[in-house]
Amino acid sequence: MSDLGRHDGLVEDLASHLDPVRPLPAPGSRAALWLAAAVLLGLALATRYSAAGLAVRMAVPDMALAALGAVLTAVSAAYAAFATSVPGRSAAWALLPLPAAALWIGASGLGCLRDWLVPGAPLADAGEMRGCFGFLVGVSAPLSAILVLMLRRACPLRPNLTAALAGLAAAAAAAALLVPFHPHDTTVSDLVVHAGVVAGVIGLNALAGGRVLAGRPG
Amino acid sequence: MTLTLALGAAETRSLVAGTRAALQVATVGRRIDGAGMALEGELAALMAAAQGGDAAAYRALLKACLPVAAAAARAQGLRGEAVDDAVQDTLMTVHRARATYDPARPFLPWLRAIARRRAIDRLRRDGRRPREVHDPLAYEGEVDPGPLPGAGLDARERGAALARAVAALPEGQRQAVEHLGLRELSLDETARLTGRSKGALKVNLHRALKALRASLTRGEDR
Repeated sequence: MSDLGRHDGLVEDLASHLDPVRPLPAPGSRAALWLAAAVLLGLALATRYSAAGLAVRMAVPDMALAALGAVLTAVSAAYAAFATSVPGRSAAWALLPLPAAALWIGASGLGCLRDWLVPGAPLADAGEMRGCFGFLVGVSAPLSAILVLMLRRACPLRPNLTAALAGLAAAAAAAALLVPFHPHDTTVSDLVVHAGVVAGVIGLNALAGGRVLAGRPG
Repeated sequence: MTLTLALGAAETRSLVAGTRAALQVATVGRRIDGAGMALEGELAALMAAAQGGDAAAYRALLKACLPVAAAAARAQGLRGEAVDDAVQDTLMTVHRARATYDPARPFLPWLRAIARRRAIDRLRRDGRRPREVHDPLAYEGEVDPGPLPGAGLDARERGAALARAVAALPEGQRQAVEHLGLRELSLDETARLTGRSKGALKVNLHRALKALRASLTRGEDR
């Protein structure tokens, strides 16, 4: 039997504390806003870019594909994160970034394969690896934080899924921003470092971000 | 055919009845599609007004949400108080998430998504609590406090046996039992009615009870 008295009390309480709210913009607009923040971060780092190095790297097909995959992953994962943060939107949006992520990971893997097939390619030294690691973590962290803060304004009913998508978006954006700085071609150890950082960023987002999103005060 | 053989007659009947009920629900569902569309539009308008700060519209909207939230909770398998808890969680989430509703989109899918998720959360929370693993056994062993089948017949039979035994008593003892025992009159009233002394009535009642005990015990032993 339904406890009508108890519900009526809560309805009265909520209605008496009603403040006007502005409907949130569509997920696409909100994703565009976050991507703009990521681009701004990229522009802030532009002083350290080497245009010639970037041109050389983009001439290599698999590196260009990997960069394109990272950009598309960041865009689609950000959209999916915002879409899944709105009640009533299908959880299937979470599948949206998968093709782009496959392109990103596949093309990066192809880079490794090429280095493996062509012996004598210079391997990244420990200092360069540390630099990549620091860059990926340093860029992913603020982008994740901004994204999670933006997502908190909505109401993710599957907080862990939304936070994991946010992590994927942030990690992909960081990887895309890393391309112009990358001091060497992709190698196996390089890919392992990237994959580790991406998995770490996604995992941390799902753990911490999920809690942040689930525990949003009323 | 196999179905009829595999299931007992009672199960088959209930299956047929269930199928009939489902068909009726489907027919009624088609009939109220128009009404559903009207409700959808009404709720969307109320929510848009609530987003603007209209408390009366918000109150009406939340009340209209109650049955939808309860139905979603029951559909997830919640029962009893857990349904009410899930409805409360849903109302709180609707309040918190009201900015995420886009007035250009239908309201009910938005609401149902919240209600379903809150019901699942409630199920998970309840699932984490320690439970009595022998609950099914306790349920099996539970004694139904209601009367057993045939209890009425039994009571009637015992009443008839008592009436027969009382009727078979000598006149003085019968009067004492009827007035003092069955009608629960006082000794003074009984003495006035029967014209016997109170002492005689006490003796008669004592003897009558002894005789009844003897005759009824004999009857049970048979």
